[in-house]
Amino acid sequence: MKFGFSLIFGAVLTLLVILAGLFVPWLAPFDPVLDADLMSSELPPDATFWFGTDGQGRDVFTRILYGAQISLTVGIGSQIINTMIGIFLGMTAGYWGGWWDDAVNGLTNVMLAIPSLIFALAVMAVLGPGLVSLLVALGITNWSWTCRIARSSTLSLKSMGYVQAAQTLGYSDLRIMFTQILPNMMGPILVMASLGMGSAVLSEAALSFLGLGIQPPFPSWGSMLTDGAKSIQLAPWAAIFPGLAIFVAVLGFNLLGDGLRDLLDPQMRTRKV
Amino acid sequence: MFRFILRRVLQIVPTVAVIALIIFVIFSVVPGSFATSLFSDGRNASDPALIARMNEQFGLDKPIYERFFAYVSDLAQFDLGTSFRTRRPVVELIGERMGASLELAAAAMLFAMVVGMPLGFIAALRPGSVLDTTTMIGAVSGLSLPQFWLGLILMYVFALKLNWLPSFGYGDGSLKHLILPAVTLGVTPLALLARTTRACVLDVLSGDFVRTAFSKGLSEAQVIRRHVARNALVQIVTTIGLLFGSLIGQAVVIEKLFAWPGIGSLLIDSVAIRDIPVVQGTILVIVLWFLLINTVVDVLYALIDPRIKQE
Repeated sequence: MKFGFSLIFGAVLTLLVILAGLFVPWLAPFDPVLDADLMSSELPPDATFWFGTDGQGRDVFTRILYGAQISLTVGIGSQIINTMIGIFLGMTAGYWGGWWDDAVNGLTNVMLAIPSLIFALAVMAVLGPGLVSLLVALGITNWSWTCRIARSSTLSLKSMGYVQAAQTLGYSDLRIMFTQILPNMMGPILVMASLGMGSAVLSEAALSFLGLGIQPPFPSWGSMLTDGAKSIQLAPWAAIFPGLAIFVAVLGFNLLGDGLRDLLDPQMRTRKV
Repeated sequence: MFRFILRRVLQIVPTVAVIALIIFVIFSVVPGSFATSLFSDGRNASDPALIARMNEQFGLDKPIYERFFAYVSDLAQFDLGTSFRTRRPVVELIGERMGASLELAAAAMLFAMVVGMPLGFIAALRPGSVLDTTTMIGAVSGLSLPQFWLGLILMYVFALKLNWLPSFGYGDGSLKHLILPAVTLGVTPLALLARTTRACVLDVLSGDFVRTAFSKGLSEAQVIRRHVARNALVQIVTTIGLLFGSLIGQAVVIEKLFAWPGIGSLLIDSVAIRDIPVVQGTILVIVLWFLLINTVVDVLYALIDPRIKQE
């Protein structure tokens, strides 16, 4: 089994972001909210403030480390919700067929027609800004591709000998789905989840930019970027570094997804899209 | 072919109907209304009698099912309602801004095609080369960039520092105002198009007919022009269509960043003040545009490849 560059580099970047999020209290030199000092606002990067300070004199590096927690929570949390919805709907549609399959297919087509950011925007407008709203908005709007993959995998797996054997043994439908079919389709589902985490982090940043994400003073990369945009002429570092953090995290998730896909389907290595 | 086109067009109707229902339900459970949001900034005292009168005026005091039937019957007559804020028909508001959105999406797509397709093509012809690796790294980076951050950096460099281009706005509609938002919006489709083109060309290159063409003694240039490019383009054109269909929806943040007067910024402004008819109308138009472009792509694909029609 050959581990490609994408997989290794993606895993390293993702691990870096996860470690930053987990060990932030030990890594961060300042407090992300309380260490505001207007006397040291908009200072350029130096030995004390590695990424400079923002308009309220808070250390940008510290806030980026704390922002990793929120971005990871949004990325991983929303993908858990999306994956669970996608797997349940796709697997039951593929296994049971009939009117349920038609209904799920119809709903999936509808969901694919609405741009996920627009749908998340509408849901956020209803729920109001905040972390839980973000998780719900991004968690219920991006399951269509997972659902399609789960459905097509179930359609091909349900004719396998071991599934038919389980049916003969009198296993219930749900038991067959969760013990015989689900473990055998986790590969492509994991690829979708990894790619979906990247897009969730991007969507969180976009919604925060539109004023619907995490509210100040708590640091999320999107809200830091929004704050930084206001003073870009005087302190560009306050916008540049949060954007770079988003880029590194999303690149990590995307490369990890690409690498996993290559690993699971070697034919894709030469013709990946 | 006529029946095929008719069937594809009719398939849009139930999808739009379900989406209209979803949007209506979502915005009917919004706590508060346009009237309460008008007074929420503290500048005006909230007078319950005034709020009740405004709700009555906008029909927001009626039961939800009555409002839904009125909404559906208006929709069937292509009436998207009247804006709470401006008291003008939503169709008119969207019509005024659709041109700017289409202009931005078309410019972004053009940028993506002009840069992305040749890069993907050259990368596929020399797989494993430095150019191929660089292009693919660039493509995955392009897909990972937060678009509005890129826009912000471009704005900082080309508008604020170098003073070459205007930082925001539509201005007099000149090309200068279009460049920064179009390049920002075009980066993601560029990356996708470069990857798709590379994959399609690699697929075609492995075909038997290409090997046959080479064995007939045709030069590389002849094989590429006559056989590879033509066959790869069928799939690439499909991707271009699908990307173009989704660009108006993706442009929402870019329009807001560059204060571009399209339907994306209309949507964001209307969400903020709960001008629900405008929000519902713009989302429906964005979805309808996506579905229509999808249908046109399907029909074009069937015209080019008869096997699709038979399926």
